[in-house]
Amino acid sequence: MKQYSSLKDIQSDLGAGLITLPELVSMYLKNIETNNPKLNALIEVYGEEALERAQQIQVKYNSGEAGKLAGMVVSIKDNICFKGHQSSASSSILKGFESLFSATAIERILAEDAIIIGRSNCDEFAMGASNETSTYGPVLNAKNTLKVSGGSSGGAAVSVQANMCLAALGSDTGGSVRQPASFCGLVGYKPTYGAVSRWGLIAYASSFDIIGPITHTVADTTSIMEVISGPDNYDATALNKKVVTGSTESSTKKLKIAYFKEAIDSEGIEPAVKQQTLVFIDKLKQLGHEVKQVSFPYLDVLVPVYYTLTTAEASSNLSRFAGMHYGKRSELAKDLETTVKFSRSEGFGAEVKRRIMTGTFVLSSGYYDAYYSKAQKVRRLVKNYTDSLLEEVDLIVSPTSPTVAFGIGEKATNPLAMYLADIFTVHANIAGNPAISIPFGEDEAGMPIGMQLMASRCNDALLLAFSESITA
Amino acid sequence: MTELDIDFEKYEPVIGLEVHAQMLTKSKAYCTDPYDYGAEPNTQVSPISLGHPGTLPMHNRQVVNNAIKMGLACQCNIASYQYYARKNYFYADLPKGYQITQDKTPICTGGYIAIKLKDQAPKNITLTRIHMEEDAGKSMHDQDVYDTLIDLNRAGVPLIEIVTEPEIASGEEAYAYLSEVRKLVRYLEICDGNMEEGSLRCDANISVRLKGSKAFGTKVEVKNMNSMRNVQKAIDFEIRRQIICIETGERIAQETRSFDALKGITISMRSKEGASDYRYFPEPDLPPLHVSADYIEGVKALMPELPKALFEKYTLQFGLNEYDANVLTENKDIAAYFESILKHTSNIKAAANWVMVGIKGYLNEQALEIKDFSVQASRIADLINLIDEGKVSHSVAAQKVFPEMINEHHLSPLQIAEKLNVLQESNSDELQTWINQSIEKFPSKVAEYKAGKESLLGLFMGEVMKMSKGKADPKLTSQLLKNTLDHHA
Repeated sequence: MKQYSSLKDIQSDLGAGLITLPELVSMYLKNIETNNPKLNALIEVYGEEALERAQQIQVKYNSGEAGKLAGMVVSIKDNICFKGHQSSASSSILKGFESLFSATAIERILAEDAIIIGRSNCDEFAMGASNETSTYGPVLNAKNTLKVSGGSSGGAAVSVQANMCLAALGSDTGGSVRQPASFCGLVGYKPTYGAVSRWGLIAYASSFDIIGPITHTVADTTSIMEVISGPDNYDATALNKKVVTGSTESSTKKLKIAYFKEAIDSEGIEPAVKQQTLVFIDKLKQLGHEVKQVSFPYLDVLVPVYYTLTTAEASSNLSRFAGMHYGKRSELAKDLETTVKFSRSEGFGAEVKRRIMTGTFVLSSGYYDAYYSKAQKVRRLVKNYTDSLLEEVDLIVSPTSPTVAFGIGEKATNPLAMYLADIFTVHANIAGNPAISIPFGEDEAGMPIGMQLMASRCNDALLLAFSESITA
Repeated sequence: MTELDIDFEKYEPVIGLEVHAQMLTKSKAYCTDPYDYGAEPNTQVSPISLGHPGTLPMHNRQVVNNAIKMGLACQCNIASYQYYARKNYFYADLPKGYQITQDKTPICTGGYIAIKLKDQAPKNITLTRIHMEEDAGKSMHDQDVYDTLIDLNRAGVPLIEIVTEPEIASGEEAYAYLSEVRKLVRYLEICDGNMEEGSLRCDANISVRLKGSKAFGTKVEVKNMNSMRNVQKAIDFEIRRQIICIETGERIAQETRSFDALKGITISMRSKEGASDYRYFPEPDLPPLHVSADYIEGVKALMPELPKALFEKYTLQFGLNEYDANVLTENKDIAAYFESILKHTSNIKAAANWVMVGIKGYLNEQALEIKDFSVQASRIADLINLIDEGKVSHSVAAQKVFPEMINEHHLSPLQIAEKLNVLQESNSDELQTWINQSIEKFPSKVAEYKAGKESLLGLFMGEVMKMSKGKADPKLTSQLLKNTLDHHA
């Protein structure tokens, strides 16, 4: 059966009567049945519900009343709340927890008739870069099942990569949408901080987190962003304007683009990735854009700043999981202390514990100034530097990840090596800027490589239009 | 050494108070859940109050306004830039595992609250800060044999915390300070000030030191004092306990103690040594708050006249004494009622007396609030005017007309007096007849009076009043009586 890689194709076939929505959903369910047991991308499939909804929307479609996302079948990451469905952040501490409400992003895609087909595996509480910290086990890369999917939205990426759905909603705190998209040959988008409401996103690091789509095409990402972005009364940090509207035209303007010398020359970058980056830069030049090399003195501090601040926030955000009101309670719980201690000891995995402890440490009295406070200052410096650079240029380009998808287990025992995989992506979360990963070639073994483009805050429309123009 | 040998006067208590005032807002601090004291447990909760994953706080503008009002009322500086902070700790009734509060940037700093003890000069208690925060739920340890039960209705209810410098020197001062705080929050209508229900709570930090010493003694925190009287008692007990500790060579432990109101003593709750680290940091879910001068002016415009301003008006402008002014400004509604009377009569003193004695007496007797008082202020003014015109005597007005006015809302005080047949008799002919009769009744007393025992005038007055059934105008009667006696042969 025909496989789709864009909403435009689906809607065109729907219009021509070549396929119906129930047929489309059945096709995806069949792919899930075939591919998911091995790849482990989806941890729950809402088969019947999706089929039922497909029928209802088909009726609407036939009478010309269907929403903008009719035909878009999506998976949602296990840290995004969907009323009446389980959301566990792929942690055993929340296994079986059913949300009482839906995330704003979920409500908005449903209102435009998207169909949710299942929830996707991820790193526990979105903490990881390989989807190996999930309580449900790792997600495998469909391109090579010995390789990781990337993370933390690994299941989201692979669900799209292996045609289990057309698009996925993931979340990006330090690269968790872009890096797996890059590892799987897909488009991954991290919007401007606050462009999409965080209401219903299980928090990892509140001042970094954002929901973002993973799709085959930039156009589909744009369509989703048009629907999910915008102000929200349930999130005080949501922007009060919509950054992506339907009116964005495709970009024909010649842009100024910068790349960091330090990024190209960094030690950890794989030769194939470096090579592709240079090719990409050449391509941009050939297209008539002005590309220049600039210096970025903060590259080495990005990862330390990121891990200091995100673990601090996480240590607090994850305090609510204490075996008290919902989620896992240890059988050894006898009183307040044993309830908290044993439920958390049993419920959290090693990586989550590592980050909670790191975050608790950097916030503790006596260390606060040396770590948390200092990292906040550096965050401000990075932000200011990025802002002033983006006054001179329109975009900053870099590889999304210094490597292609690595082997399962290869970095699992070396947290520092794993953290360095985030070196290019955390920048956008530290500064709050929008950034996209677009697929651009492969290494000699055929593993996908992704390029990252970053724009100034609230310039999501420009970034998406430009990305579309160079990928279409 | 026995307690009798201790010279308590050698020591100086150092007390700071932390007052938590629950805000009278329609909804909670960071979500739209309502809160009513006494509602069925866990019925006023949404996923936000419950701290469910994926929920976020939204700040309640009214809480900010209330905090600004309190700050303005206490002459505090209002911070133009401030952010919320998280205070992290695990407790069963704290669903998020942290409390949203303010740490480094409280909304108000500085300022003071003036107190005045009897026969002493006024004293300003300096405020360290006022900040906004949310309440925790309630842990109920006595409802079930085995388990502690949790009620999360209160979780997320907005509070302001008012912190003083350690400038309070006695339980009596603490009582006076709390009275002022309660008066202010009630005037501002930001808190109902009910200590019994816990909408106003007070923790006291208490230490003692030798008079003249600069160093502070070991600080003990006392909690669970659910009335102003108990705060005073707990502090006085604690001061005494600490001095006895020192004098008998015992170490004062740095700890939190609870007040046992039945026994009138404080009991150790938990040690504060190795105190928990709350790991405060800026709340990333709420953007920083900017409060402009214009905004503050806007809030100021909504504020009522404060008791201090009213007190000055009553003493300086109205010429009332300090006692009367204090009683009248104790409660905003009382003051408002008093001023409503003044719209219809110029007899300020009489209006004050009616409010303080007649009306307050009735309200106390009936356990009512002034807002429940059914008689319009203008009718009280009518009654005052009736007295001033000599139509009824004050005692008749108080004992007969006023009680009738409470039940009878259609007739005017004058009509009521007529109906009761208590209009004052100022017809001198009839008066003279009664006077003559009274004189004839006690010939021997007349002789005594004329021999110089002027106090006997009262006897004749009483007789006239009896005969007139209280309707005789006392002033006129007294005049006529004197006159008649003087000319009696």
